[in-house]
Amino acid sequence: MKDIAVSIEKVSKRYGQTIALDSVDLTVRPGEILGLLGPNGAGKTTLISAMAGLVRTDAGAITIMGHDVQRNYRQARRALGVVPQELAFDPFFTVRETLRLQSGYFGAVNNDDWIDHVLVSLDLVAKANSNMRTLSGGMKRRVLVAQALVHRPPVIVLDEPTAGVDVELRQSLWRFIRELNRDGHTIILTTHYLDEAQALCDRIAILRAGRLVALDTTSNLLETCSGYLLRILLEGDIPAPYANLLVVSGGWREIELKSFKELELILSAMREGGTRIVDIEINKLDLEAVFLRIMQKESGI
Amino acid sequence: MIASGFIALCNKEVLRFAKVGFQTIAAPILTAVLYLLIFSHALEAKVRVLGIGYTAFLIPGLVMMAVLQNAFANSSSSIIQSKITGNIVFVLLSPLSHTEFFFAYVVAAIIRGICVGVGVFLATIWFANLSFESPWWILTFAVLGAAIMASLGLIAGIWAEKFDQLAALQNFLIMPLTFLSGVFYSIHSLPDFWQNLSRWNPVFYMIDGFRFGFFGVSDVSPWISLAASLGVLTVLVTATLNMLRRGYKLRA
Repeated sequence: MKDIAVSIEKVSKRYGQTIALDSVDLTVRPGEILGLLGPNGAGKTTLISAMAGLVRTDAGAITIMGHDVQRNYRQARRALGVVPQELAFDPFFTVRETLRLQSGYFGAVNNDDWIDHVLVSLDLVAKANSNMRTLSGGMKRRVLVAQALVHRPPVIVLDEPTAGVDVELRQSLWRFIRELNRDGHTIILTTHYLDEAQALCDRIAILRAGRLVALDTTSNLLETCSGYLLRILLEGDIPAPYANLLVVSGGWREIELKSFKELELILSAMREGGTRIVDIEINKLDLEAVFLRIMQKESGI
Repeated sequence: MIASGFIALCNKEVLRFAKVGFQTIAAPILTAVLYLLIFSHALEAKVRVLGIGYTAFLIPGLVMMAVLQNAFANSSSSIIQSKITGNIVFVLLSPLSHTEFFFAYVVAAIIRGICVGVGVFLATIWFANLSFESPWWILTFAVLGAAIMASLGLIAGIWAEKFDQLAALQNFLIMPLTFLSGVFYSIHSLPDFWQNLSRWNPVFYMIDGFRFGFFGVSDVSPWISLAASLGVLTVLVTATLNMLRRGYKLRA
């Protein structure tokens, strides 16, 4: 079990008639950053909640660092730090009091040195004695991260940590996540920002309607979609084969290209057909394209 | 050894009410003093209960009513606020067991109830000559009553999904139970029907046993009150622990 940080075996969960998780199997290795992707309602938060013991599964088993989350819940929860999606906070306390109390729940008494370190790492020192109510959304988000780290868990789960934060905080959270990972923490990250998953994650798991529909390294997933996306804004009639091949998207036309040779063919066809090119964009296909392709395949589009 | 997680949660609950002490301690003391001033002004010269002057009779009742109402308010309001603001997740994510969770909330609620009770007592003791026939009964019923209401508050806080539901429970159950429990009168002054009905009110036994500790006289034997209170406590503790163990309305 030493080479497994989190083991999820055939985990299922229903809410009434709704299947939230459908026999999900997933293993997270120590020291990796795993991205958990999926559209809203895919089961990402349910899966995280099941890992944290907030949701009781109907079937299957989950272990954190070898500890079953139901049978050995104390050890399992000590090994896990969760940054929830919602900006929850207790309005009665200051940042330092919040962290001391959270530390106490985990039995980590006389933990001020570590709390100070976490405050410094997350740039919260100036706000340490401020009431939680007075903090901005970004600062509250940092405190959530600090609360998850206060008992030094080997596995950290971040549920959409950069949702609704500004660019600066997003970048600093990315840096901090990388630092945590360098320090040996295993990270599970859910996000709707695919560029975030692409930039941070070693492996990607994609959930859809409670099922795991893809699991691979980020580089392997990207290879399945190698090529370019051409976006082109045209004026005039479009030559015959391309009128159908170029897909309309917000006034622009789009097509996936395998290589730049195909680009040359399109451009010469436009020249010969007298079509004016008003604007043009070309980008390497990214995780978003992989994600959309998998989602379309799964929904039978 | 007491688990440090339990101490941290209990400490948090005590800090929570202490930080808003004006609202959680001072306000109920003022309310109790106002009750005493109004009722003793109107009735002191005319009424004696169980052979005791009305003001002296009223003081222990008001003290105990304050203990009970504030113990209930502490656990119920803390849980529902944490549920509605979402910060209960930080406790649920921790390795605390359901029994540690239960005792932390109950002990903190008892502390708040006793703090308010002591405050009411110190503020009202100057209005009458009180005797202290049996301080152990006083302490026993104060702690027992606060524990009962703290457990009931936990059940209410876990069950309620909105502040309205909790307010309804407070106004339509807790208030009638405490006001109709013999705080302001002896049940022997009531017609038979109401006297018998009062004996089904568990708060009556808490108030009556508590008052026995002061005067050595009561409507029923303090042993009966003790047995009734222990019975109610056992039922409520069992129910609350069962709810917490199953994660009722806390864990999906």
